[in-house]
Amino acid sequence: MIWNETMECMSREDMRKLQGIRLKRTVERVYHNCEPYRKRMQEKGVTPNDIQTIDDIAKLPFTSKSDLRDYYPFGLLSVPMSEIVRLQASSGTTGKPIVVGYTRNDLNIWGEVGARCFTSYGLGKNDVVQVSYGYGLFTGGLGAHAAVETIGGAVLPMSSGNTEKQIMLMHDFGSVGLACTPSYALYLADALLDSKIPREEFKLKIGAFGAEPWTEGMRKELQEKLGIKAYDLYGLTEIIGPGVGHECEYQDGTHLCEDHFYPEIVDPVTGEPLPPGATGELVFSTITKEGMPLLRFRTRDLTSLNYETCRCGRTSVRMSRILGRCDDMLIIRGVNVFPSQVESVICEIPQLEPHYLLIVDRINNLDSFEVQVEVKDAFFSDEMSKLMELKKYISHRLQSVLGISPDVKLVEPRSIERSQGKAKRVIDKRMLK
Amino acid sequence: MLRAKPEAIRNLQYLYMLIKQLSIFLENKKGRFTEVTGLLGAAGINMTAFTVSENSDFGILRLIVSDPEAAWNVLKENRYAVSITDVVCIQMPDNPGALAKVMDIITNAGIFIEYMYAFSSGKIAMGIIRPDNIEKTVEVLSQNKVELLATSELFSL
Repeated sequence: MIWNETMECMSREDMRKLQGIRLKRTVERVYHNCEPYRKRMQEKGVTPNDIQTIDDIAKLPFTSKSDLRDYYPFGLLSVPMSEIVRLQASSGTTGKPIVVGYTRNDLNIWGEVGARCFTSYGLGKNDVVQVSYGYGLFTGGLGAHAAVETIGGAVLPMSSGNTEKQIMLMHDFGSVGLACTPSYALYLADALLDSKIPREEFKLKIGAFGAEPWTEGMRKELQEKLGIKAYDLYGLTEIIGPGVGHECEYQDGTHLCEDHFYPEIVDPVTGEPLPPGATGELVFSTITKEGMPLLRFRTRDLTSLNYETCRCGRTSVRMSRILGRCDDMLIIRGVNVFPSQVESVICEIPQLEPHYLLIVDRINNLDSFEVQVEVKDAFFSDEMSKLMELKKYISHRLQSVLGISPDVKLVEPRSIERSQGKAKRVIDKRMLK
Repeated sequence: MLRAKPEAIRNLQYLYMLIKQLSIFLENKKGRFTEVTGLLGAAGINMTAFTVSENSDFGILRLIVSDPEAAWNVLKENRYAVSITDVVCIQMPDNPGALAKVMDIITNAGIFIEYMYAFSSGKIAMGIIRPDNIEKTVEVLSQNKVELLATSELFSL
């Protein structure tokens, strides 16, 4: 099902025209209302008159996460505070959080793009949707909440945690949809098994998962464990929150709501735009937001874009699965390692639970790299030699994908911490020293 | 009158001679062994023999207990990776050469021993054996009059 056919199935040519008009309007707004943007554009010798079509976007300067920190809390707002009706913030693991202000119209846009996402998953006004993203400053909870309200579904605003109650209400209220992080979904899957309530007593069919990168293997695991179809719900706090993009029934890439958020792929080092289909850093420009428009915001996410029309009928551009964040990349013994690569290997090995922990350290000036994994109960062997063989096999598979050989450690079932929000999968002790 | 077929009787005798051993996966961390023994003790489960096989990061604790099923449940509830394996228990006099005699029988039958452990109580000694072919082991040991103990006998010693 398609929420807004006019926008989601528009011809590429019309879409580019619309994007050009909206970009021009946004550039005018920020140039006249937001000093940091005006200064940046003046430094580059660009004025709003230079922006006529969407292709002119390459003339504009980039913005980054550090700009948001530098102008904390309200320096990048392009409207007076009286127009702002909502503030959200990212967790901000280092120092100050990143703050985003929304006008009433921005909140309407958020509801609209969210509605496109949840409609494409097959949810509608007859469905109870359990929102188990955290509510609060984090955009996950309130973003998914607005989406479900917009399509007319019944929101069950659970927030994260309180797992027993989650299962009880999922059962008693007949939740059809579940919106949360993929790692919390895994946690709930285990809790559902533990509850001993037969699966057929649940109505759960659809998962809307996002807020952290996840792999195909994780999808398979979630679909099997929960007996649902698991869809990607993509979003970034800086851009709007969940609702920037979504998968359709074909699960063949994440459709982006590009009439609101214009995507580009650039070389992560030089910042040069890359040709369609190339893998690079994803850059977004918000072209309809009023409160805090961002132009050419560097997401640090690595992916590629596909402009072909999808089998679902949507013409909107599709993003391939995010390979990782430039910032998540670990350099271990000089080799680039993404946690998502480790996850893909672990999810392919049937004997292992899809939980893992990477521990990187520096001992005597040499990087150590440990991967902790849990062997599934059913595969636990009484024979030491079989466990050692498994350990060797995992190590070998990881080495062939990563290019370096980790020290694999088998740990007891459920000893790796289960996350109720974003999963912590990497401990880099080198940064603490 | 119905008569049980001889092979059915043999089969029953064979099953009777198998001992259910618990195997528990334990990380090499402080306090793991304390916790397991504590859980079993609190559940009123008696241990008669155990052994630990370990490498640098984990170990396998193998246990012979009075009620393997109850022990399995207790450990499962506490989220341990635990499995049950069939082993045989041989009884022999605690004399020089007694074990060698049994080993000869096993080796001559072409049986490989995955692992074994033994304990003694004065005049008699017991050995727990996990062979690669358990059926054949029971058969050749019985034929050679080596005494095998069932679980109930082990706990009435």
